[in-house]
Amino acid sequence: MNDIWLGLLNAFKLILSFDADLFEIVLLSLQVTLSAVLIASLIGLPLGALLAVNRFRFRRAAIALLNSLMGLPPVVVGLIVYILFSRSGPLGVFGLLFTPTAMIIAQVIIITPLIASIAHQALRDLWSEYHDLLISLNTSKRQRMMTLIWDSRRSLLTASLAGFGRAIGEVGAIMIVGGNIDHVTRVLTTAIALETGKGDFALALGLGFILIGLAIAVNMAIHALSRTERTGQW
Amino acid sequence: MVSTTILPLRLENAVVRKRGKLIIDAISLTFEPTGMTIVMGPNGAGKTTLLRLIHGLERPRSGRVSWNCSADDAQSRQAFVFQTPIMMRRSVLDNIAYPLTVRGSSKSEARKQAADWAINVGLGDALQLEAANLSGGERQKLAIARALIGKPDILFLDEPTTNLDGKSTREIEAILQSAHSSGTRMIMTTHDIGQARRLATEVVFLNKGRLCEHSTAEVFFEGPHSDAARAYLNGEILE
Repeated sequence: MNDIWLGLLNAFKLILSFDADLFEIVLLSLQVTLSAVLIASLIGLPLGALLAVNRFRFRRAAIALLNSLMGLPPVVVGLIVYILFSRSGPLGVFGLLFTPTAMIIAQVIIITPLIASIAHQALRDLWSEYHDLLISLNTSKRQRMMTLIWDSRRSLLTASLAGFGRAIGEVGAIMIVGGNIDHVTRVLTTAIALETGKGDFALALGLGFILIGLAIAVNMAIHALSRTERTGQW
Repeated sequence: MVSTTILPLRLENAVVRKRGKLIIDAISLTFEPTGMTIVMGPNGAGKTTLLRLIHGLERPRSGRVSWNCSADDAQSRQAFVFQTPIMMRRSVLDNIAYPLTVRGSSKSEARKQAADWAINVGLGDALQLEAANLSGGERQKLAIARALIGKPDILFLDEPTTNLDGKSTREIEAILQSAHSSGTRMIMTTHDIGQARRLATEVVFLNKGRLCEHSTAEVFFEGPHSDAARAYLNGEILE
């Protein structure tokens, strides 16, 4: 127990001291994860809508595959991205390995299936409700997808936040492709892993509590902005 | 006004099967360009499926449904009011405006027209409410306004006043009467014989997926040709 109290104390000390290194790490964590969530949402939400609205031959197989990709092991994703972007790899010319961009790419791969899958679930339910009306009104496929996405935006927020939750706490993939380089690619999770390895549990725990607080703060801010649970029933 | 009409509509030996069950059994019918057709018959006679077939929500297993124009053209000039109105997760105003925005109207223009329609059907006070908060009668009025805002040549209504009280039913009938007198062709199903007498100019009577009778309202209510229709009007239970 003593260690945990010490960790909490450390977290407060770090925050109150306005430590420049800490702020750099927090900022990079947010920057990488929010970019990844934004990009993954732009891919995943329309993908979920497409799977809900379209009937095609391998639809069931596609949905099953998407659901299983939700459990994609981050370490493996990191490894694959590493190989692709390493100097001798097919995408090596871009020189992206050990940059925040590579970390964003890895996270997008990890959370896009999660966001698409949860979105598909919500959109499929709404589609069965709207089906007759939207067919009757002679809407195009694109209009159907846009209508479904707009009208279930509150449920889709949950999908994106689930993606955020997975990405902000992720360490395996970004450690491999980012390299945990001080002032370049060090984020909260990789810093925690490093301090734990060094045996500085108090500092690691302090960073851990800051990470948890950050996740809670972002969720609350987004809920407040989108006014969930305030109006209507969705 | 539109110069050409999508009517007459012809059904030739149309058959609909669902999960191996025969729902519509070789019906041939012609709907003329004017009038208010009431489709009657016991539960499971195929009334709803007939409407859905004509509207294009069901495909005929065999036979044909043909309009006096191309299928695409016909599709955009008809509207359907479902038995359980589908409320979109939007305000009343945006629900009514939706068909116009789908067709490419600007949001402000669509909302302006929607506000007029909301007032027409008696929802003028509820514009900004979420549609999901409306009562049963109000939901049906919203659905009718949403159907009429696109100025359809033909409007289908599937038991629009089932489960509504007398006041709502009277208000909805008044809306339908006024749309009919301004030239909208209507095809509507109902279980309410009194309502059919009030509204119908012609009656289509179905039983077990077959067409039993298609005659003018006077003929149907004064002296129906078919035994099934006579029995139904006398309040007997059709097996």
